[in-house]
Amino acid sequence: MDPYSITLALGTAVAAGLVGSFALMKRMTLAGDVLSHIALPGLGIAFLLKLNPLIGAAAALLVGTLLIWRLDRSANFSTETAIGVIFTAAVAVAVLMTTSEELIDALFGGFGALTPIEFILGMLAVVLVVAFVFRFKDRLVLTLFSPELAAAAGLSIDRLNLAYLLVFALTILLGMRFLGAILVGALIITPAAIGRQLTHNLSAFLAISTSAAVLSVVLGFIIADRYGIQTGPVVVTVAAVLFLLSLLKRKR
Amino acid sequence: MANVLSVRNLTVRLDDRTILRNISFDLERGETLAVIGPNGSGKTVLLKTILGMYPYEGTIERAPDTRIGYVPQRIDADRHLPLNFKNLLAAKADVLKLSAGDVEDTLRAVGVSHDVLLTPVGHLSGGQFQKTLLAFALIGKPTLLILDEPTASIDQPREEQLHALVHRFQDERGLAAIHVSHDLTFVYRYATKVLCLNERGLCFGAPREVLTPETLEKLYGEPLAHYEHHHRHDHNQNHGHNDDGSSS
Repeated sequence: MDPYSITLALGTAVAAGLVGSFALMKRMTLAGDVLSHIALPGLGIAFLLKLNPLIGAAAALLVGTLLIWRLDRSANFSTETAIGVIFTAAVAVAVLMTTSEELIDALFGGFGALTPIEFILGMLAVVLVVAFVFRFKDRLVLTLFSPELAAAAGLSIDRLNLAYLLVFALTILLGMRFLGAILVGALIITPAAIGRQLTHNLSAFLAISTSAAVLSVVLGFIIADRYGIQTGPVVVTVAAVLFLLSLLKRKR
Repeated sequence: MANVLSVRNLTVRLDDRTILRNISFDLERGETLAVIGPNGSGKTVLLKTILGMYPYEGTIERAPDTRIGYVPQRIDADRHLPLNFKNLLAAKADVLKLSAGDVEDTLRAVGVSHDVLLTPVGHLSGGQFQKTLLAFALIGKPTLLILDEPTASIDQPREEQLHALVHRFQDERGLAAIHVSHDLTFVYRYATKVLCLNERGLCFGAPREVLTPETLEKLYGEPLAHYEHHHRHDHNQNHGHNDDGSSS
């Protein structure tokens, strides 16, 4: 198996473990699924225009992120309802303009071979996500613990939320390549759920979530390679099994 | 003396509903403003507006270099989050660029132990939690302390301790405070000014001038015949009165 793909997948796992930990604490664990489906029409347009599908996905994700951010700020609108409408509409539009073969790739991952440019940009994105989380982890924690305390401490909650959502969307984009729209949410949420199950402390939480994500990808790649099956579903299944095992530990 | 905070004709509308209408008050260094009113009268909205969290009409003028410390009534977040106060204090120290010495001094003055800082927030007792929130508010040498019923979830001896602690800091540092309270004993003992909020009208002034039986009845919508007696001897009984007259 191609070492570049594996390296990028591992980097993606690290990013997903870190970003997912905050998604879980912010109670926005399903946002991953929503955003990844919003990316679908972007993929569809890119396929039609014979562009790199990830460019289309990136554009759609950016629009989706800004939309969610705006909706989240206006108090007089049910964000969940809006997201529900947008998300299903996005899937419908994508299905209408994509051939079934491309659609399978978009939904379950694995479109095309990794180009050097994609690899470099991908690794840059990983570094950006990891750096963001380490630089802003305490501030993120403060805003999700209490927006009022964060505002009193002089933090701009709006800006921090937008930055986090963009980093979140970038992580989705990284994961879409090998997991696809349906499964990418699992790499964000399942490792974080494992970390949450096993610890009470922020650093340990981030470390365990990240390790669980990396372990899922490593085992997933090994198993998929040995039995010649598709990687994405195996990775997600491994993560789910690890989560079940984590339930054996009784939390204090 | 210069005002720490000056609010003029403040009106706040949220979702096309007017929550606060034409509120004006001033607060000087060392003063304590008590904000009282029934549930749903906009007390918390007033505090959050001063924190800059809601759009408003009118003016809110802060003295230059005003730093706000905020103590919430409770935290809505999941108490079982994998975090401790060390993480939260680190965030505030990072944003305000505070030295480790500043943080240590405040923790010592409030009496928060290192163990408490490392305990997950969900494992702290109500008293420890509120005290650490107070320490959180006091790091960074605020000039204005905003307290939203900080003692609602703790027992009476600890409540008195917390009030005394806040008062001591106010004396030592000349801190101004805005304090939402349901507790008229507190208002009489510590407040230098009172702001009453409800939808029908409001009052502002010194506690003894403003808090007549008539205004209290108007405010809470029922007669508080024995309030004079209660506030001297048993302030717990006041809670019952205050929680009844919801206006929303």
